[in-house]
Amino acid sequence: MKFSENWLRTWVNPEMPSEALGHLLTMAGLEVEALEAVAPAFNNVVVAEVLEVVKHPNADRLNVCQVNVGEAQPLTIVCGAANVAVGVKVPCARIGALLPPNSENEKGFAIKQAKVRNVESFGMLCSAKELGLAEESQGLWLLPSDAPVGKTLREYLELDDKLFTLKLTPNRSDCSGMLGIAREVAALTGSALKPLDLQIQPVILSEQLPVHVADAQACPLYCGRLVRGVNAAAPTPAWMLRRLERSGLRGISAVVDITNYVMLEMGQPLHAFDLAQLTGGITVRRARNGEALTLLNEQAVKLDEEVLVIADDARVLALAGIMGGQGSGVETTTQDVFVESAFFHPDAIAGKARRFGLATDSSFRFERGVDFAATRQALERATQLLLEICGGSAGAISEVRNQLPERVAITLRRSRVARVLGIALDNIQIADLLTRLQFEFTANSPLPNPLPQAGEGANVKGDVDFCVTPPSFRFDLSIEADLIEELARLHGYDNIPALAPQAALTILPYSELQRPLARIQQMLVARGYQEIVSYAFVDEQVERELCGNDKAVALQNPIASNLAVMRSSLIGGLVGALRFNLNRNQARVRLFEAGACFARVNDEYVQSQRLSGLAYGATQPEQWGTAAKPVDFYDVKADVEALFAPQVLRFVAAVHPALHPGRSAQIFCGGQMIGWIGELHPQWQQQYDMVQAAVWFEVELGALLQTAVPRMSEIAKFLPVRRDLAVLVDEAVTLQTLLDAMQQADVPYVQEIALFDVYRGKGVEQGKKSLAFRVLLQDTKKTLTDSEIESSIALLVDVMQQHGAQMRM
Amino acid sequence: MEELQNILDQALQQFAAIGDEAELEQVKAKYLGKEGSLTALLKGLGKLSAEERPAAGARINQVKQSIEAALQQRRDALQQNRLSQKLAAEALDVTLPGRGLGTGGLHPVTRTLERIEQLFHSLGFATASGPEIERDFYNFTALNIPENHPARAMHDTFYIDPQHVLRTHTSPVQIRYMEAHQPPLKIISPGRVYRFDSDATHSPMFHQVEGLWVDEEISFANLKGVVQDFLQRFFEQDDLQVRFRPSFFPFTEPSAEMDMSWNGGWLEIGGCGMVHPNVLKHVNIDSEKYLGFAFGLGVERLAMLRYGVNDLRQFYESDLRFLKQFN
Repeated sequence: MKFSENWLRTWVNPEMPSEALGHLLTMAGLEVEALEAVAPAFNNVVVAEVLEVVKHPNADRLNVCQVNVGEAQPLTIVCGAANVAVGVKVPCARIGALLPPNSENEKGFAIKQAKVRNVESFGMLCSAKELGLAEESQGLWLLPSDAPVGKTLREYLELDDKLFTLKLTPNRSDCSGMLGIAREVAALTGSALKPLDLQIQPVILSEQLPVHVADAQACPLYCGRLVRGVNAAAPTPAWMLRRLERSGLRGISAVVDITNYVMLEMGQPLHAFDLAQLTGGITVRRARNGEALTLLNEQAVKLDEEVLVIADDARVLALAGIMGGQGSGVETTTQDVFVESAFFHPDAIAGKARRFGLATDSSFRFERGVDFAATRQALERATQLLLEICGGSAGAISEVRNQLPERVAITLRRSRVARVLGIALDNIQIADLLTRLQFEFTANSPLPNPLPQAGEGANVKGDVDFCVTPPSFRFDLSIEADLIEELARLHGYDNIPALAPQAALTILPYSELQRPLARIQQMLVARGYQEIVSYAFVDEQVERELCGNDKAVALQNPIASNLAVMRSSLIGGLVGALRFNLNRNQARVRLFEAGACFARVNDEYVQSQRLSGLAYGATQPEQWGTAAKPVDFYDVKADVEALFAPQVLRFVAAVHPALHPGRSAQIFCGGQMIGWIGELHPQWQQQYDMVQAAVWFEVELGALLQTAVPRMSEIAKFLPVRRDLAVLVDEAVTLQTLLDAMQQADVPYVQEIALFDVYRGKGVEQGKKSLAFRVLLQDTKKTLTDSEIESSIALLVDVMQQHGAQMRM
Repeated sequence: MEELQNILDQALQQFAAIGDEAELEQVKAKYLGKEGSLTALLKGLGKLSAEERPAAGARINQVKQSIEAALQQRRDALQQNRLSQKLAAEALDVTLPGRGLGTGGLHPVTRTLERIEQLFHSLGFATASGPEIERDFYNFTALNIPENHPARAMHDTFYIDPQHVLRTHTSPVQIRYMEAHQPPLKIISPGRVYRFDSDATHSPMFHQVEGLWVDEEISFANLKGVVQDFLQRFFEQDDLQVRFRPSFFPFTEPSAEMDMSWNGGWLEIGGCGMVHPNVLKHVNIDSEKYLGFAFGLGVERLAMLRYGVNDLRQFYESDLRFLKQFN
């Protein structure tokens, strides 16, 4: 809601500067988004009439003008504008004037008596740009022919005014009209509120248009009247046009401007129909399925039974409370009008405009609630203005009134006010606040009448309960809490202290079976990974290519086509971030992200929290004394294993669309598949212009965070014995196969079997590899004998031989 | 006598001249070895009379001890010398850079969230979480925002299907938590939220922290107290001014916007209010008995102010040159 301060002050005029008024409104919940002057500062500029224009004797492009500024003698002014002519009225900056700064004059421009090519000039004729009222101007600003010569331009155009822009919250529709804002200001400041100057116009015509309301719930009150013989081409008065423009509305034609004006003034949207275009009477009804309407903005809409419309006997005329249709509105040739002022129920309008992609001044008000006690008044007000400006004679008002919204009385307990707000407003204070808000109320204990001023007179002891009836202009008051907010708002949130709560103290549960994510993040940071946060929506192509997911959870209304689906993996964000940084000459990149991934399974959305990392470039930052080695599968595998320790992971070769088929694996923890690891597929590496392979992992956060509370076991008294075993096996035999086999054999005294070397090359035939194991043997009760050791080792050798292993000596 | 003195003088002189440990041991033999001059003198004692022998023996032994002491002294000196040389040779340029992996770092939003969580944990707030694809019911209806309510238009919602949205705020976690727990309740809920909006001050994805405290005596004054306390601790400014302005949220009544003093003006940092009785009713909490407050803070806004970040979009570009500044 945007409005002129001067207009507001015609209703209520508190003695405070604009900024203080703005602050007051903001602190009362009517946030002032902008407060700006209508015109920049300038002075000594008056309305002038050009009496004579003569070519400058010494300059082709200049004229020497005689200008009437309302004094006995005209002024001689040299002017270079092309549109200067005898008889035009223009702004004239007189000697001593200071014009505002603009792009050409940063410090402003002082008007002095000056010789222009040997002709004395006593002022300057101005363009709108020179006065700071337009970005660009073509020549002088030509004022209306009735502009009063000699009057200052500021006075004539009411330029000493400020524009307020309020950011209205949906609950305060009552402030979408000047009257409502004025009422609020009066409540906040205690200044007097001037009543609406409403003159009921005599009914001249007995004629009435029949009105039928078919949906009384949606339209509990409909008022309309005929006005015949109007001059629709009459000019809109300058004062009205000015107020409209300062509220951001363009002047259209007198009749439309009047309806808009009353809407801005009273908050009640009106609509005027051209009687000549109507067939029969007016019906307010639901649209029939398949009916169509072309709106005033030329948009053609298909209607259905959900939509409330205004129709005549032949067709649909308007979307009720939203927008009029083409072909029934007022034109400059219109002679007779039918003016509508109705109360449409918020429930009937809410969401309807949005359905058609519309947001109109009318729907904005109706869907939030319009004062139903002022419906008829607004029509009277419009009639008054219409007759004043366009002439004509008014018919009787057709009114169809049904069940209006009830205003149920609300109990407001002082005791509850104190509990909710944490401050004790006394009974008199509460009564005073309610009175200022124009809320009708009764109290269960007698209160002094009139109420004493603050700090004066005896207070009423105890907790009084009030019974408050919300006014018709407030749609946001239905329970006690709503009234408490009103009290707090008017009393001032600033006047409520900030207090530390008092409560029973208990210690929060803190399970040791769960590691905090922060600890995992710190481990990755210590291993050189940088955390990123990427969008949870990604390109559908990325999902398809990197995740093999052609059933990604899609957004109905993505913000961009490359952010259209929800990620099923964190890989897209990581690869994107890697590419972003490679393009910025980063040679070594290690990234990780923790976040949700999304999938649709059996009509349910599965949202799993995951941790994912990507490593690219050398294992270590470039440094002296260390040969650079590109990161490989096993480097990242070590990172993953370290994160999970002491849980032991298993890695099973598997194929993933993003990964090198020979260098990728599923990760298992406790028998559950909980993630992936692998080298990015050379195909993507090439497509994404990566010179090296990136290694990626992703694991379920749940598996990663779970842990057990440690239990100490006795440390063995006897030191373990180490034996090394080296075997030759086929390349195809995985380490895991041999380890599992040895494990399952359950050989006595074996505490640990670990691989410590893999060798291929000289001495090992092609297609085979040499694996060297460290075996630790131990007995908790005694020192092992050589024969015990040898027989255990023999058993292990036997198991490996069963898998085709040959012992190496 | 004189001979003994000569031997001693000669030995001392010779030892002092030797710079090598092996040579020293060879020279030692010349005096104390089997063929050594002192050994020879000792052997010669037998030729002396029984009366002369003890005094002569004592003299020879004295010289022997002197030689041995001198020898040891020289040995030590040489060894010390050798060690010094070795150490000098082994000296490093300690200014060369250390080697290793290097470290990464946390995202500034994570850093901010950790700080927020720690501060609220110190006041006994537990952390709760909820889904990001949220049912319309939890995101709106249960929060007293029925379908077609104008407040829905304030939310620029991403839709997945007619029943599911990307949560537009962390407030649905309030509902889920209150459904599952009985008061008194004290939680914060940090997480990602989504709005259909994108420019230098709006990101389609950002983070909020929801706070909720429900108990028998919790007032609006307490809400002001907790939020102000938090912000002063977060920014480590005891005199940080916090302003509460009436506003509107369907799920709180009274409602407020929270502004914080910054560079001589006010900056909006979140919304809050007393939990709306309808919201408590939805989750079967007796609103006569219990009161509660709720607040929602913009995490990026806090991070931007704390760390001087001026463009919200930088948080999501993953530019290492940006991210590493927060390590």
